[in-house]
Amino acid sequence: MEITININGSDHTADVEPRLLLVDHIRTGAGLTGTHIGCDTTSCGVCTVLVDGTPVKSCTMLAVQADGREVTTVEGLKSADGLHPVQQAFSDEHGLQCGFCTPAMMLVGAALIDDNPDPSDDEVRWAISGNLCRCTGYMNIVKAIQAAAAAASSNGDS
Amino acid sequence: MTDTTTTPPEIGGIGHSVKRVEDARLIEGQGNFLDDIALPGMLHMALVRSPVAHARINGIDTEAATAVDGVLAVVTGELMDQHGLAWMPTLSGDTQAVLATDKVRYQGQEVAAVIATDPYAAADGAELVDVDYEMLDAITTPQQSLADGAELIRDEKEDQTDNLAYTWETGDEAATEAAFAAADRVVSLTTHYPRSHPAPLETCGIVADVNSVTGQATIYMTSQAPHAHRTLFALVAGLPEQNIRIVSPDIGGGFGNKVPIYPGYVVATAASLLIGQPVKWVETRTGNLISTGFGRDYYMTGELALTNDGRIQAMRVDMLSDQGAFYSDAQPTRYRAGLFHVCTGSYDFPHAHIKCRGAFTNKAPGGVAYRCSFRITEASYLIERLMQTAADELGIDPAELRLRNFIQPEQFPYETATGFVYDSGDYPTALRKALDAAGYEELRAEQAAAREEGRLVGIGIAHFTEAVGAGPAHTYDIAGLKMIDSAELRVHPTGKAILKLGVKTQGQGHETTFAQIVAEETGIPATDIKVIHGDTDDTPYGLGTYASRSTPVGGAATAMVARKIADKARHIAAHLLEAAPEDIERTADKFHVAGSPDQAVSIQDAAFAAYTNLPEGMEYGLEDVTYYNPPNLTFPYGSYVVVVDVDPDTGVWKVRRMVALDDCGVRINPMIVEGQIHGGLTEGFAMSSMQWITFDDDGNCIGSNFMDYLIPTAWETPRFELLETVTPSPHHPIGAKGIGESATVGSPAAFVNAVVDALAHLGVRNIDMPVLPDRVWEAIDTATA
Repeated sequence: MEITININGSDHTADVEPRLLLVDHIRTGAGLTGTHIGCDTTSCGVCTVLVDGTPVKSCTMLAVQADGREVTTVEGLKSADGLHPVQQAFSDEHGLQCGFCTPAMMLVGAALIDDNPDPSDDEVRWAISGNLCRCTGYMNIVKAIQAAAAAASSNGDS
Repeated sequence: MTDTTTTPPEIGGIGHSVKRVEDARLIEGQGNFLDDIALPGMLHMALVRSPVAHARINGIDTEAATAVDGVLAVVTGELMDQHGLAWMPTLSGDTQAVLATDKVRYQGQEVAAVIATDPYAAADGAELVDVDYEMLDAITTPQQSLADGAELIRDEKEDQTDNLAYTWETGDEAATEAAFAAADRVVSLTTHYPRSHPAPLETCGIVADVNSVTGQATIYMTSQAPHAHRTLFALVAGLPEQNIRIVSPDIGGGFGNKVPIYPGYVVATAASLLIGQPVKWVETRTGNLISTGFGRDYYMTGELALTNDGRIQAMRVDMLSDQGAFYSDAQPTRYRAGLFHVCTGSYDFPHAHIKCRGAFTNKAPGGVAYRCSFRITEASYLIERLMQTAADELGIDPAELRLRNFIQPEQFPYETATGFVYDSGDYPTALRKALDAAGYEELRAEQAAAREEGRLVGIGIAHFTEAVGAGPAHTYDIAGLKMIDSAELRVHPTGKAILKLGVKTQGQGHETTFAQIVAEETGIPATDIKVIHGDTDDTPYGLGTYASRSTPVGGAATAMVARKIADKARHIAAHLLEAAPEDIERTADKFHVAGSPDQAVSIQDAAFAAYTNLPEGMEYGLEDVTYYNPPNLTFPYGSYVVVVDVDPDTGVWKVRRMVALDDCGVRINPMIVEGQIHGGLTEGFAMSSMQWITFDDDGNCIGSNFMDYLIPTAWETPRFELLETVTPSPHHPIGAKGIGESATVGSPAAFVNAVVDALAHLGVRNIDMPVLPDRVWEAIDTATA
């Protein structure tokens, strides 16, 4: 099937098998390897991308289901203005160690602070509860997302 | 926080919370993990795994699989056997099937491999490989395994007449028995430390690229120990070692899971050799959980001999270990049960005797040091649970009981009853500080009041001592390779440097912290130092990163090589300053003539002179290498206090507070140390509360995916309150002890002690991990019936 997906602002047209998973299309078809695969069962969330701005686990979505939609991956977080606030905050707050869950965590954080500019500790924890991390114990991830929210708000105010 | 810095922030030496250099690529999706590697002409491999736990193989039909569009080959044990590769050695001196030829011995065992042009075709082919299994009874517990008449699992081994994998004992049995016979009180605890799995979020994988013309084998592999793996590849596959290059790229967590060599690595390498094209194999999550290195699975009975006032006289331990189908613990050769004999913990008593039997079962092999230094997690759990049991049985407060028995600060170096020589510590100060932070007295008062009201509040204490940083060459080797490690430092003419390591990060931040060690010792800013690791063609030999050995061994090598460089730079500085070398002093970033701080040159000046303007007779260049053989292990410790609220109606328990004091000696990068502790505490919480792998009576693995194998999310994970004391290791060049595993080792007992403490007044003395709500409810129900 021929599909066109807008990935990080650019249209990607490809002829794909109907069974092709979105994550494999992103990684192999589009060559964007920042989106990872961790469990094959929608449990760990390291494959999370934004589809039309909503976090989606791309190992459980077919590429053809994303036809005509906008997908944002970690490679699309940075803008001409520089790093996205969540990227800066993950580094500043030591919100990552091995870095394997990090792209997904940052995308969920970015989607959260789009909706909620001042999330509480519990709100962040609930938002990222579909994403596993084995290294950090989550405390610094929560701090990072809250710091990113604060930074985004103050950028917006200025 | 203790300030141990001696350098300004722009140098960024020891004690600075320098931001990690690794982050830049990882936050932009530019990490290079194994599955991100794509080579021209690369093929893909999928494994066919046994669906049953124990069966004879009567035949393998590969015809339908071979007919799948895109499938190039199906590899079976028979083909591997033709090349002498159907079996391989394990890290504990046993042999393990690469692809099964005679029997399958656990569910998930590798039976065949399908090589195809894309991963979907390989998976299609694997579905169609038809194996004729003749079912045998599965043995799923070590107790069944060692019972009379049990079916022989390892019938291929000559001289193997039962299912015993090994026996091991240590300590003075006669003295221990005498102490028990004379004891006022004997307290015992029987518990199972259940099978768990490290489950890094990135599974294991390989891209094997064997060039049939040149014989060069470039092997990209999720390896915590690339140099040791290169040597093992050379020994097992017969490839010349100089033609093997192992590259361990960014690793998505290891936790001990990526220490062993797995069948998939061997098959993919053989397939690349035979086909002449690169072959990639990336494990599925289920494959990872059901076949690769598990941790723990020890059945333990521990006893303490005590005086009436709670002084420990001796310790006695009897254990049974479930090894799975092959004995493949990754551990030092001379210790069959790892470093379990650190089970005497933080306490001063003269006698101990420990014995252990390991049994083969129809389960996956492994026994890896899951975020621990070879079975010390089990050891620490046993002694700290025993201390809780003894406190409850003797009616002595558990904090007081520990304080009465601690090794005192003036007793270090302290030789334990099992022969470890602890390097340094101040245990009473650590425990008192943690208790004060938790508000221990107030908590006990609240607990008493709560009990009056029918509420259940528990306060759990654990004070652990680890033995990490293996290790001295006279005692520690794996597969004969001494457990030394290395560092090579090259300083370029402009004063910028490259540091090459024998150890390998999996997220611990070596690229940042090891540069800080060099910055401390030389004055070269940490930001001017690039750290290279993981590529055997480009780094000096080392045994790798596990067992918290990077900082104790590789970190020491780094400090020592940096000192060699600094010393040569001092001689060059003397030449530049026209002074005698012995008159040159070093400050954080300068060499100057003693008493004349203005007569100074920088390390950068000295580096440039090393290539341009040398004293007579000196060799050009500014680079060196150090192989470090540690004189002893290091012994980090900590005091943890956990407060839980238990719902008596449901058995659900919630962590109200988790106060964790760690003493890991000097902290190179406090931010990274705290991150390691957060992660370790979370894995300890996971094991105590939810994370385990079980099997049904037929040997089917329960816990073969993340829907059944539960890992805590942010929602369940407690908040942690961290504290520190700093007691440097006297024998480590920078006084550091290692921190990566402390919290995983120490915290499970603290969580379980807290729940048991909440129920202690009901007479409850033990609940095995994981402390699931139904187990808690049952304990309450039984105690109050």
